Amino acid sequence: MQRNPQLNEKGELQHLLSIEGLPREILMQILRTAESFVGVTEREVKKVPLLRGKSVFNLFFEPSTRTRTTFEIAAKRLSADVINLNIAVSSQTKGESLLDTVANLSAMQADIFVVRHASSGAPFLIASHVKPHEHVVNAGDGRHAHPTQGLLDLYTIRHYKQDFSRLTVAIIGDVLHSRVARSLIHGLTTLGTPEVRVIAPQTLLPAGVEALGVKVFHDMREGLRDCDAIVMLRLQSERMKGALLPSAQEYFKNYGLTSEKLALAKSDAIVMHPGPMNRGVEIDSSVADGPHSVILPQVTFGIAVRMAVMSMVAG
Amino acid sequence: MRLAIRNARLIDPATGRDGAGDLYIADGKISAEAGRVDRTIDAKGLVVCPGFVDIAARLREPGFEYKATLESEMEAAVAGGVTSLACPPDTDPPLDEPGLVDMLRRRAKALSRARVYPIGALTVKLEGERLTEMAQLAEAGCVAFSQANAPIADTQVLWRALQYAATFGFRVWLRPEDAWLRKGGVAHDGEVATRLGLPGIPSFAETIALASALELVRATGARVHFCRLSTAGAVGMIRIAKREGLAVTCDVAIHHLHLCELDLGYFDSNCRLDPPLRSQRDRDALARGLEEGVIDCVCSDHTPVDDDGKHLPFAEAEPGATGLELLLPLTLKWGEARKLPLAKSLARITSSAAEVLGVTTGRLAPGAPADVTVFDPNATFRVSPQTLRSQGKHTPFTGYELAGRVRYTIVDGNVVYEG
Repeated sequence: MQRNPQLNEKGELQHLLSIEGLPREILMQILRTAESFVGVTEREVKKVPLLRGKSVFNLFFEPSTRTRTTFEIAAKRLSADVINLNIAVSSQTKGESLLDTVANLSAMQADIFVVRHASSGAPFLIASHVKPHEHVVNAGDGRHAHPTQGLLDLYTIRHYKQDFSRLTVAIIGDVLHSRVARSLIHGLTTLGTPEVRVIAPQTLLPAGVEALGVKVFHDMREGLRDCDAIVMLRLQSERMKGALLPSAQEYFKNYGLTSEKLALAKSDAIVMHPGPMNRGVEIDSSVADGPHSVILPQVTFGIAVRMAVMSMVAG
Repeated sequence: MRLAIRNARLIDPATGRDGAGDLYIADGKISAEAGRVDRTIDAKGLVVCPGFVDIAARLREPGFEYKATLESEMEAAVAGGVTSLACPPDTDPPLDEPGLVDMLRRRAKALSRARVYPIGALTVKLEGERLTEMAQLAEAGCVAFSQANAPIADTQVLWRALQYAATFGFRVWLRPEDAWLRKGGVAHDGEVATRLGLPGIPSFAETIALASALELVRATGARVHFCRLSTAGAVGMIRIAKREGLAVTCDVAIHHLHLCELDLGYFDSNCRLDPPLRSQRDRDALARGLEEGVIDCVCSDHTPVDDDGKHLPFAEAEPGATGLELLLPLTLKWGEARKLPLAKSLARITSSAAEVLGVTTGRLAPGAPADVTVFDPNATFRVSPQTLRSQGKHTPFTGYELAGRVRYTIVDGNVVYEG
């Protein structure tokens, strides 16, 4: 197998494409750097000059508001110039190839490409074709990875629970289609979390998921027992079409997080969700808005984490 | 033209012969005696064997000339020592009309390179709904009928197609894959696809389709050849079917003998293949099955794809890899890994493949057509776009150092390639 394409010869972060394969030390460095930026985002002047004069191109081949906005805010707080390209509705429909689009933007002197694409692996393809001074940050590719989301989840867990080496974390829902789940699983196992659980019906779990280092539960009540952190995944409504699930109602009954089920976890368990939430499908409002929920702090930490990643690859 | 090849290591896999000797060719046939000789080839240190029979090589004509042309691919074939090849019907339009088949054969013949055996479409436009005019296609030169990589979803159509083909004794080549179970998949449904977030094609997409097809073979008596097995399960099923006395044959693509899902690495689109590369266990079962003869022959499954088709995210990339020029070296590599005598390895791309195809080449017997390949088993080369003559430059084996270089290719008594 080739050298990890995310690291340069010195072993430093050149691109952020996936959490898988990143050494523990780099993950910790990202989390510590993010910690220092959380302070910045709370100041009255929320800017540092680390990326002054650099250009960040947000290349979203798949529509997204939330992730794109947080990347934009993060880049602006680093004093970079941000260009948003909603490619889903421009050049792709004109038939321009992915690599042609990137080559054109590269000619406009980009420093960082933040890429969201519906196809797993697309950011790897781009990273293998950009110039040495250009950096690619994966903002979500197909079902494969969403490393900045995974990192902000790690940040959140560390913020509330400190030490990963004593935790039980449960990830609940559509793991099959989830890039968030894959990134978080790799992050948690790399940082030494002793027990990572996935809770879902067989139809929403990929083949051989145990090989990622997780324990599989089909019964949510059993899987929630003694958990320190609970990560709910978003259930897309189209999952009902492919014969994966009978209905949202039945899903909620079996795998929706309610206060009653939450009580099975540790009393100080935190509840996370990558957003956007489907209330009443995967999570009950009383939990989403309740005392265990850290869903909004996740969003705040997300900006600091993205600042950390961009400053590390291009700073 | 009378040809003498002297000082050769003569290998005739059909008889198991492997020894020093001379080979004579007269009037396009293997000859028992030298007679008056027009040209002598000194084959010292070289192996002389029947020309290779590749039962799956896409020439991309008609319809995909931007990916490859008959000229480029026929050059690649003879450079790879391939003297006979069968081309699947998935051209554009597909080979479902006698006129198309006729034109392809005439174009190929005019180039005077390898012999081309078209495989006709089993159903119109390969859509799996209506039967093609098989008798007329056979008259035009089709040696078998297949769906290429487009499975027939409707099992009633498959049943009728096998009944009809059986009526006239036509051979049917099927790649066993369930149309529904493979839907949306791009990689083996296993650990690697799970890690990379690629939609999977489960192994039972192959074994379920194979089980149905075997039942239909029992019911109809059709002569069926199964193409491109990719799973250990399928090898086991064919082993049992053959033991039972069912007249079925099967093949494996050269890639699946050497590679597995792990070779996808970081989304290497050269490994985007149909069927997908599966687990190491599957690969080992295929390699063993070919050795034991459960799998009859190995083919290149040559599929030229242009850069635009491969410079894409894995799932969007076009399946297929170039292979005509790698058939020999990769067959040798397989034989060496399994410590087989050279004659036994070569049988899988000569005599056994010719039997599947139903042709009389693939042997060195006096009177047989003089299709002969002379190669150096020890000469190595590095696989790169520059070393490949095919217009298709994409292969997972790029960068590999492989042994086995073709020196002469002789078709119908004429030297068509010298390397």
